[in-house]
Amino acid sequence: MSERLTLISGRTRKQATGMHKGKDSPEYHAATEIVEMNADDMARLGIADGGRATLRTEVGEIALTAHEGALPAGLVFVPMGTTVNGLVGTETFGTGMPSFKGLSVEVEPAGGEPAGGEGEGS
Amino acid sequence: MSTVVEHVACSFCGCLCDDIAVEVEGAHIVKVKRACSNGQGIFMDYDPRPRRPLVGGEEVEWDAAVAAAAAILRAADSPLIYGLSSSASEAQRKAVELADRIGAIVDSTSSVCHGPTGLAMQAVGEPTCTLGEVRDRADLLVFWGCNPDQSHLRHFARYSLNAKGAQTPKGRADRTMYAVDVRETGTTKKADHFLQIDPGCDYEVLSTLRLLVQGGEPEGETVGGVAVADLKELVERLKSCRYGLFFMGMGLTMTAARQLNVAELFTLVAELNEYAKCSVIPMRGHGNVTGADQVLTWTSGYPFAVSYARGYPQFSPGEFTAVDMLARRAADAAVIIASDPGAHFPRPAAAHLERIPTIVLDHGPSVTASHATVLFPTAAYGVDAAGTAYRMDNVPIPLSQVIETGRPTDEDILGRLIEAVRT
Repeated sequence: MSERLTLISGRTRKQATGMHKGKDSPEYHAATEIVEMNADDMARLGIADGGRATLRTEVGEIALTAHEGALPAGLVFVPMGTTVNGLVGTETFGTGMPSFKGLSVEVEPAGGEPAGGEGEGS
Repeated sequence: MSTVVEHVACSFCGCLCDDIAVEVEGAHIVKVKRACSNGQGIFMDYDPRPRRPLVGGEEVEWDAAVAAAAAILRAADSPLIYGLSSSASEAQRKAVELADRIGAIVDSTSSVCHGPTGLAMQAVGEPTCTLGEVRDRADLLVFWGCNPDQSHLRHFARYSLNAKGAQTPKGRADRTMYAVDVRETGTTKKADHFLQIDPGCDYEVLSTLRLLVQGGEPEGETVGGVAVADLKELVERLKSCRYGLFFMGMGLTMTAARQLNVAELFTLVAELNEYAKCSVIPMRGHGNVTGADQVLTWTSGYPFAVSYARGYPQFSPGEFTAVDMLARRAADAAVIIASDPGAHFPRPAAAHLERIPTIVLDHGPSVTASHATVLFPTAAYGVDAAGTAYRMDNVPIPLSQVIETGRPTDEDILGRLIEAVRT
């Protein structure tokens, strides 16, 4: 089962401190490869807290560890960074600014791979 | 034997907190006091070891790297110069000079943060002030589409919510705080009033606030998920406060309507001044992204997205902005200064950087640097180089050199490139 939800990306403290360690560091991966979701959305889609979710747009597809967050239904949050930018297109509507927020994404439970020792993000 | 350098500015974000103490042993930083967790890494994770430039991944002498970079730029028909926001204004000025010299397009990270804010400012003006005025006078704060609890960690303490000033001696107790956002965050939890709006509805809510200020009556009981009664209460507070302050962030610039959202907010703030003092300050992210706007504006007349291809500056967001240039494959070489578009751009735009020759100036590793044709490992302004950066309220702040490593600065390398492309 998959649904179209709205993605926003943004700064988190762990993303910032992970960035200082390097974008190939375990801290950065742990901080940026997570998605926060509304609990009801997760239950309806069959995504467990700490489980894996696939996010997809016409640009690309990423798999992230899902966590319940204080988000309204229909909204998902992913920390800014290399991973989430795999979903963002280059349309800027004449401004230079891509849609890093307000992006329509298809969300579904990920097929297999567990998070794999990269720790918890927030 | 260690020494402590006091009154150091942290260059991580637009707060440029200049009360940091850095304890140094030789060329190593051993302790940092008062910096937030986002800023600590600027100092503590900095690798001060001397490094040589790379050409094609191989170490070379500095002269050889300059010659290789100059050859790339001389051969390019449409070079892009991008980044600038984590460099100093002295280097930003050199970057514009280089763009002028080679007929390049020059753009800063503004185009993927507050570029739309710049467009709004050009359209309707920006009624703004300094953070000192906020600290001393502001009794009503509205944080809209921003989350300083995660992005600007000392903003509340030094400048806004908790800061004690001349007319706000009790700090937090002397201020009322609103937060407007689509989700609950650490910032909204600190607010006295949280207006949770529906995603993509900022423009509607801002327009409704303007209507209410002018005495109009909106249809319906809610707008964009917010009760009209709550909007009326906010307007009454804004009209009767001593000094109202809006802080705005990416929640307005990265969503639908972009610059129109910001223009609506700036217009609202201007109109509120018929009733009470009110200002707005954009929450600028990178330490000197504000300086990039300043320098580009005073040298070219425009804040970002400037082309020197015709020998004079032309401004065209959507055309000369870096994401658009790369997505269209319109750049055939790039100079990337103190930024990481390889990581922070949409993947299709970042991919083009791997197809074209790139000259990267950076003090540390990055995704962009890992693909560089020519890599100059320069000094970090505010750590091993001195310079100037502009705080989010456009106040210039000196960046200190706290350790000596002998690395050249971005300004040094850009100056050498300007000379080298002449020959």
